[in-house]
Amino acid sequence: MRPEFTLPSSSSSSSADRRLNALVRHLATASMVSQTAVAFSPTSGFHGDSVFSHVVRAPEDPILGVTVAYNKDPSPVKLNLGVGAYRTEEGKPLVLNVVRKAEQMLLNDKSRVKEYLPIVGIAEFNKLSAKLIFGADSPAIRENRVTTVQCLSGTGSLRVGAEFLARHYHQKTIYIPQPTWGNHPKVFTLAGLSVKTYRYYDPTTRGMNFQGLLEDLGSAPSGSIVLLHACAHNPTGVDPTLQQWEQIRQLMRSKALLPFFDSAYQGFASGNLDEDAQSIRMFVADGGECFVAQSYAKNMGLYGERVGALSVVCRAADVASKVESQLKLVIRPMFSNPPIHGASIVATILKDSNMFNEWTIELKAMADRIISMRKQLFDALHARGTPGDWSHIIKQIGMFTFTGLNSKQVEFMTREYHIYMTSDGRISMAGLSSKTVPHLADAIHAAVTRMS
Amino acid sequence: MFRICLQGAYRDDNGKPVVLECVREAERRIAGNLNMEYLPMGGSVKMVEETLKLAYGENSELIKEKRIAAVQALSGTGACRLFADFQKRFCPDSQIYIPVPTWANHHNIWRDAQVPQKTYHYYHPESKGLDFAAMIDDIKGMSLFSSQNAPNGSFFLLHACAHNPTGVDPSEEQWREISHHIKAKGHFAFFDMAYQGFASGDPEKDAKAIRIFLEDGHHIGIAQSYAKNMGLYGQRVGCLSVLCEDEKQAVAVKSQLQQLARPMYSNPPVHGALIVSTILSDPDLKKQWLKEVKVMADRIIGMRTALRGNLEKLGSPLSWQHITNQIGMFCYSGLTPEQVDRLTNEFHIYMTRNGRISMAGVTTGNVEYLANAIHEVTK
Repeated sequence: MRPEFTLPSSSSSSSADRRLNALVRHLATASMVSQTAVAFSPTSGFHGDSVFSHVVRAPEDPILGVTVAYNKDPSPVKLNLGVGAYRTEEGKPLVLNVVRKAEQMLLNDKSRVKEYLPIVGIAEFNKLSAKLIFGADSPAIRENRVTTVQCLSGTGSLRVGAEFLARHYHQKTIYIPQPTWGNHPKVFTLAGLSVKTYRYYDPTTRGMNFQGLLEDLGSAPSGSIVLLHACAHNPTGVDPTLQQWEQIRQLMRSKALLPFFDSAYQGFASGNLDEDAQSIRMFVADGGECFVAQSYAKNMGLYGERVGALSVVCRAADVASKVESQLKLVIRPMFSNPPIHGASIVATILKDSNMFNEWTIELKAMADRIISMRKQLFDALHARGTPGDWSHIIKQIGMFTFTGLNSKQVEFMTREYHIYMTSDGRISMAGLSSKTVPHLADAIHAAVTRMS
Repeated sequence: MFRICLQGAYRDDNGKPVVLECVREAERRIAGNLNMEYLPMGGSVKMVEETLKLAYGENSELIKEKRIAAVQALSGTGACRLFADFQKRFCPDSQIYIPVPTWANHHNIWRDAQVPQKTYHYYHPESKGLDFAAMIDDIKGMSLFSSQNAPNGSFFLLHACAHNPTGVDPSEEQWREISHHIKAKGHFAFFDMAYQGFASGDPEKDAKAIRIFLEDGHHIGIAQSYAKNMGLYGQRVGCLSVLCEDEKQAVAVKSQLQQLARPMYSNPPVHGALIVSTILSDPDLKKQWLKEVKVMADRIIGMRTALRGNLEKLGSPLSWQHITNQIGMFCYSGLTPEQVDRLTNEFHIYMTRNGRISMAGVTTGNVEYLANAIHEVTK
């Protein structure tokens, strides 16, 4: 512990005092002093203590750990259902044709330079992203009440929005659904918000615990921030119906709860961009305010390019403008300005009506393949007479299915059938193909009948 | 109307932004070949490997011994921020000492990371050079007149080369002394290296300060950026490294850096990293890059010589030695805010009011005009 010395102010006048001050300062030592660092040897000075000696290794990321284990497995029938990235029928990653086209266009445009973007990113990208999520005819856009800033995919958008709220919003608590994406609590905590949960998923029905949700949001302090998955809830795949969304909206507005939407799957869930944005548009239509984090990782397959946008819908245009100026102050000391490549691809596609249409077709194809995998798995379990109700497989939506399998059953499936998933029983439908569905169905059947 | 903009990114002799040929070639090779899957949290392993070689040395024992914890970061800003967050989490009682002046965003970064900051003397306005004695006093915590005295084990932010905004770098001898005193006080040296290769034209030379500290046994941290030296500005490619005691520690530190990156952006952007690793792992492309970096650095050095020469030819009563003594993109001219305003209003020359000139904006086409204007407002 640091010894406590009262340091006289440096404005003391006599030289004796100043010498005393200097001495006193030398006696005060920091708690992390490196005692062996004084030894000065040009050839062998490598063995002093580091100030970071006490740092311990962080635990492995649970989701990444799945892929690590999968990679180690030599079995020819192994299946990776942990991955949160789309795979084709052949089990390969996919770059959309329209994305390749856009990339080529950018490459061939010699006038393009790689200069810094403005802090808020590409203006065109921001405008088009807002249009995409709020609708081209959105009153909020027409009235200039939206500010949109380019960020690093969904994660980055959430983080920037949360940092802004921690600084400028009167309520520092955010309510997140139980369960939610594993990274959500960390993002909000590091941003300076405190995190509480609201009930969401009902394990007995494998559907929504709507009553619990209403109760928990109903008892949240007025003005609290509420994280909402716009569609295709991760990890459960369970979404509110439109009627339920309307009830949520009314409740939240009555308590002035601030909605923070995470939109990572627009177009990817139902196959229709507008349909997947309905929840958000409902909230915007009532004239109220909200935050929206948009990601292009899945729906444009731009994963590693880190393309996303944070939009803040405000009550008035001048408020939106002031909010933007403050968002810039959050962004600059974090990464200065966002990466140009991915957002350029998105802007290229969104602004060209032909390319936009091409994109919607390819997007629907991905969504349809996943929906088809759901149907195939459900049918396969039905055909095997696997005990239990498996209708949630086709009722849930988006990339993931919360199977309802427990960790013992998951372990069994990995051991005996070389099927890899997160221990909460979440499987990525994107990792399935017509060829591998039977194997998975066999594994689930075995797990359910032999392990409980 | 003749206009000169002297703030911002590199320009060629026609005043145009530059995309390096090696970068264009790398992009051609990358396009259409690879998918866009997520990188690991720590970024592109290949890119990081090559980047460490640049900073620590091609054949560095430290790299071979795997003692360096390193992750891809969002250019220099992202690397500094990640380090600042890491410093806050694991040395919560520590403070960062920042030179006066420095890149303005340094203050923002450590402030947002909630690390208390202090300053140390650096620039000497009278000589337009380094205030070496005062800087050493600050490191030693000996300054009688400063309330900023550094307790042992403080963190010191150092510009590895081409100090921004002054262009004033310590000499090699001065670096050795700085290293000695930092070691004696058990301070942690964190280098921001945004201009490797861009300063002298030789990346090895520009890494000299870092190599001195490594020889002296410091466990340093480094923020590296490819924004300027590869012209990759908007791609946001950089690297944060922390030298540790051993491989086990490096693994631990890296895992903790990743824990800070995950709730910030999950994993870093792939495109720029691919460009870098494509160039640096191909001997021909790497050679081409080194040539192109030297061209940029030489042009700037040439403009410094020309500007100073022109001012002296005009018979300016002042000394303009500092223009060629300083190094890198920026020149701290010594012009007052009022003189800068006159340059803008009367001569349409744009620069920051602290008198900082971006030499990258000076060309053979405008250097005479610039010298004339400076002479007018200072004679």
